[in-house]
Amino acid sequence: MLSCRQATRLLSEAQDRKLGLSEKLSLELHLAMCKGCTNYRAQVSFLRDACRRYVADVREGRE
Amino acid sequence: MGERWVVLARISRYNAGALNHAGSHEAPMSQDSSPLMEDDFLVALRRDLLKFARLQLRNDALAEDMVQEALAAALVGERSFAGRAALKTWIFAILRNKIVDHFRASGRVTNVSALSPEEAGLDQAFEALFKANEHWARDARPAPWGDPEEALIQQRFWVVFDACLNHLPASTARVFMMREFLELETAEICQALEITAGNCNVILHRARNGLRRCLDKNWFSPEPSRC
Repeated sequence: MLSCRQATRLLSEAQDRKLGLSEKLSLELHLAMCKGCTNYRAQVSFLRDACRRYVADVREGRE
Repeated sequence: MGERWVVLARISRYNAGALNHAGSHEAPMSQDSSPLMEDDFLVALRRDLLKFARLQLRNDALAEDMVQEALAAALVGERSFAGRAALKTWIFAILRNKIVDHFRASGRVTNVSALSPEEAGLDQAFEALFKANEHWARDARPAPWGDPEEALIQQRFWVVFDACLNHLPASTARVFMMREFLELETAEICQALEITAGNCNVILHRARNGLRRCLDKNWFSPEPSRC
């Protein structure tokens, strides 16, 4: 059973590499029961969206 | 701010036989039609390139140099592009590669065993979010951010976002920006900075936690006392 601290590690790594099957399963199991980590996942994924948007805005010369 | 780049652009135009402002001779249409021959386009392009370079490098003089080099390379090696957007994308790619080369040349970032006080501080703040059993402490459990997409269209959000990025320790921010702004794969980052994959993961996790907490505190759930 993953701890929340371990789950955040995997959620961060999921942004950078394909998780293995057992990693994925234990993560999904944890997320199904943990609201905090589910929010954490959404927030980490928002960080990526924000960075993409940031770079796009600079490239397009938008203020 | 130096005007070297304008001079450089003019020299390049002269070499291309496109000296048309002085009216001494007419430039061939193909040379003349390049957006790089237009001051307005160059000024706007340079502004955007500088913003991008400053963001990554956190050093204005260095950013100026990198942009200068990228523009010089573009002016010398100019190919024909279908439109300004494609040309701009190409020059951004030149700048991006120069920044990556710079990071590669400037060597290793800190390894996990030699944390700076700032990095150690971030790690401590992160550990403090958890109880002894490694589950979220009650006050620290991440709460929903509502509709964060809404934030992306607000100008003030980007001021906070910028401040939070700048608040990250330099080497942490570097790895994060290589991943998220230069869009390198972690394997490429490890290779460029001579760090292990494990180290890279630790640094990215640290950066994301730092940014997440900073945005949470300063944008998504501000303290009532905030002005």
